[in-house]
Amino acid sequence: MAIKDYLRERFFPHIWCPGCGHGTVLNGLLRAVEQLGMSRNEIVMVSGIGCSARISGYIDFHTLHTIHGRALAFATGVKMSRPELNLIVPMGDGDALAIGGNHFIHAARRNIDITAIVMNNRIYGMTGGQFSPLSGPDITATTAPFSSIDPSFDVVELSKAAGATFVARTTTYHVKQITDYIKQAILHEGFAVVEILSQCPTHFGRKNKEGSAVDMMKRYKEVTTPIGSKAKQENPDLIERGIFVQKERPEYCKEYEKMVERAMKGR
Amino acid sequence: MAKPKLKQHHIDQDWCKGCGICVEFCPKKVLELNDSDKVVAARPKDCICCKLCELRCPDLAIEIETE
Ligand SMILES: Cc1ncc(C[n+]2csc(CCOP(=O)(O)OP(=O)(O)O)c2C)c(N)n1
Ligand code: SF4
Ligand code: SF4
Ligand code: SF4
Ligand SMILES: [Mg+2]
Repeated sequence: MAIKDYLRERFFPHIWCPGCGHGTVLNGLLRAVEQLGMSRNEIVMVSGIGCSARISGYIDFHTLHTIHGRALAFATGVKMSRPELNLIVPMGDGDALAIGGNHFIHAARRNIDITAIVMNNRIYGMTGGQFSPLSGPDITATTAPFSSIDPSFDVVELSKAAGATFVARTTTYHVKQITDYIKQAILHEGFAVVEILSQCPTHFGRKNKEGSAVDMMKRYKEVTTPIGSKAKQENPDLIERGIFVQKERPEYCKEYEKMVERAMKGR
Repeated sequence: MAKPKLKQHHIDQDWCKGCGICVEFCPKKVLELNDSDKVVAARPKDCICCKLCELRCPDLAIEIETE
């Protein structure tokens, strides 16, 4: 199938701003699904609210556009009732880790077989540029006109600690990794997190004088490095890219199935 | 493996938003923005069909067709 066959072309051109990284995530995700040879009918995409969450409207899988922060809760319900389907949950940084933080850690703890994609632009794009738990200190936002003082979560460390069994990170500059990691995350049995640094030139870029979308992508190239690189040893501030965790642990739906069997036998 | 040969660039003028991402990151500087801020293949002969423009475009507006 060509990647456009997975699109709802009637909604294009899409609503995202020129140069919005979320479009590149959509691009890379479609290629992952196409390379895996998956049909539209075997995937359910569940999203919440945010610029990022609009992605579910553009893809012709089974899609659920739900409420802010709760996409993983809806996805858990779908997966529990139809475990044979593949669940993909793209989320904004606010969606995933501000209002949705609780759902996020518990989905990871349960190791339910869902692919979570964090489209991290370090800001609330849709509502006009408020800072998020991923902004970090010294960021200017509408809610931090004198710059933020909040430390940020590290999505990778948080996911690891909460129990995710596949954890990867890349950026919209590194497009081939987007496709590669999403492919592996979909094939992984368990809770898989792929964090993708995704530029919001309109709010984050403008307020923090980061220039155009192109400038922001160049910065992703400069401030990231492969896991364990020599550059990282020399400059600990660099953000690592790669697959951080890939391991097996009992998956939630499988364990549930076993429990049902035990209950049917009355013990 | 034989090198892929370019047939043509397909650019969707309605979908392209002129962000310049494909222009900037094309390793061979094949692409340019025109007066209406839409992408055009200015030097198609230089294209090495790496498809980086197609992969990075946030608007799915550019596609490389090879022979
Ligand atoms: C329950 C609830 N609270 C708040 C909002 C307002 N709201 C909509 S999107 C959003 C945050 C968007 O930021 P993020 O999740 O990072 O996505 P982005 O737009 O940056 O892609 C907020 C606070 C809402 N829609 N519902
Ligand atoms: S406001 Fe930011 S996140 Fe939202 S579409 Fe525009 S660039 Fe993308
Ligand atoms: S990357 Fe896409 S939207 Fe941006 S200028 Fe190139 S073709 Fe147009
Ligand atoms: S395929 Fe590669 S060389 Fe050709 S226009 Fe696109 S980025 Fe440039
Ligand atoms: Mg955001």
